[in-house]
Amino acid sequence: MPEKRVVLKNCGIIDPGNIDSYIANDGFSALTKALQEMTPAEVIEEIKGSGLRGRGGAGFPTGLKWDLASKAQGDEKYVICNADEGEVGTFKDRYILEGDPFSIVEAVAIASYAVGARKAYIYLRAEYHYLFDALEGTISQAKERGFLEAADFVVDIEVYEGAGAYVCGEETALIESIEGKRGDSRPRPPFPPSEGLWGKPTIVNNLETLMNIPRIIHEGAEWFSQIGTERSKGTKVFSVAGDVEKPGVYELIMGSTLRELVEGLALARNTKMVQVGGASGRVVPYENIDTPLAFEDVLGAGGVIVFDESRDVIEMVRKNAEFFEEESCGKCFPCREGTKRMLEILTRFSKGEGSKRELKYLEDLAETMMLTSLCGLGQAAPNSLVDTLEHYRSEYEARIQEMEASTFAAS
Amino acid sequence: MDRVVQEVLTRHGKGGSLVTILKEVQDEHAYLSKDAMIDIARGLSISAGEVYEVATFYSLLSAKPLGENTIRICKSTPCFLKNCEAIVKTVEKELGISINETTTDRKFSLQLTNCIGACDMAPAMMINKKTYGNLSPDKIARILSEYK
Repeated sequence: MPEKRVVLKNCGIIDPGNIDSYIANDGFSALTKALQEMTPAEVIEEIKGSGLRGRGGAGFPTGLKWDLASKAQGDEKYVICNADEGEVGTFKDRYILEGDPFSIVEAVAIASYAVGARKAYIYLRAEYHYLFDALEGTISQAKERGFLEAADFVVDIEVYEGAGAYVCGEETALIESIEGKRGDSRPRPPFPPSEGLWGKPTIVNNLETLMNIPRIIHEGAEWFSQIGTERSKGTKVFSVAGDVEKPGVYELIMGSTLRELVEGLALARNTKMVQVGGASGRVVPYENIDTPLAFEDVLGAGGVIVFDESRDVIEMVRKNAEFFEEESCGKCFPCREGTKRMLEILTRFSKGEGSKRELKYLEDLAETMMLTSLCGLGQAAPNSLVDTLEHYRSEYEARIQEMEASTFAAS
Repeated sequence: MDRVVQEVLTRHGKGGSLVTILKEVQDEHAYLSKDAMIDIARGLSISAGEVYEVATFYSLLSAKPLGENTIRICKSTPCFLKNCEAIVKTVEKELGISINETTTDRKFSLQLTNCIGACDMAPAMMINKKTYGNLSPDKIARILSEYK
């Protein structure tokens, strides 16, 4: 089986409210090892050697990000754990927060030691408010036992709750939000490892990325780098929803196929297509169901939505467009205006009122948004449109013909 | 100055996060009134515009009056595939209001929301800060009765 528990190792095994239960399962042994046996530079080298890449979707090498922040000039540095999963169809971080919050705290502490941060934040999406107190309890238990302090190390970890905004999952918008402002994306450069929160060097890591850190330090980079494919090391946690018998959270070795996930584990039947990576993800038609799940092929943040034969492709793409139109922060015009126009045109297509000319407009619009939007939201918003125009073009064309045929009949 | 605003500002000081301050004031007053926003702006020595732009940016903050309890039904794709429309219709019928309206007794406001991360329990909704999943029309009346 392609399943392997690295990130979810403790979920369902330990008591998430009790630090002793975590310690009994090697909890805090990685942090202790890092603090007692490794220099910060050695920790970063270990993470670099593991080949770990960011799990939020972009796949940036984690060790390199840490290296940049550690070498950046600054009296103060920050570590931020991004627990703001807002991607449609994604609930894997919720499952991790519920099942193994101690690993998150341990990982944040290791990251803080590595880059030289004395203050760290866990940015929790407001919709997960019910986990807020438990997470603060996790931090205070770790603090009481002295894990967040050593001879030349101390870190203060704070849970910061958002207020409902998808774009705040984007790292620069998230930083603005912690500063108390609107979650507008920032132009880059400067990138956060050189100028982030309050203008100081900052690393923002996805919660799932961080979950791998204690495992890598404990077992070694060598062990980790043997799991997965050449360019995608380790495992990936997926949340599967939609037309499946068993929706839920599954952890697979990188490079496992989409079929193994949606048919083998989530028990999908009569599948028409799968969107991998939530509303911003790629659309995989059933004929490509054996595509490997890896950075080299298709991955995203881990939200997988399955559509069966009864579903309407254009209505699905229209729903995605509606989502982005509402969630665009409005700062850059390709995204602010582009998401609006995309929704308008797709709404016409969904009613069977599309035209050939507008099909061309959609393609131009998608290209413009992907090339010129300020952040990942606008750049990825047209993904499902582009993919379905490629794989299901006839369904778009049918909406044109329908109208032209009825116009003809009326005259 | 409003007592709640005063308390929240005292707790956070001038350097407090505006997002957090607004959330805490809204927790007490159900929404952010014009007066509350002006008081907050004065307290933090920033313009009312800066407060308003944050208050209207986040989906869980509201500068428009809301009822005592806000129901947010998820309309994103996984919930849509599990027929969230039927949940919306049932809640509307049960409360006698439509989307973005508030009951005359100001007990309930009804909104639609984007993904709340409960897709494994679709269709789902939130009432205030609590999530309800695996919904079906026949469960709605009982859930709403908890808040009546």
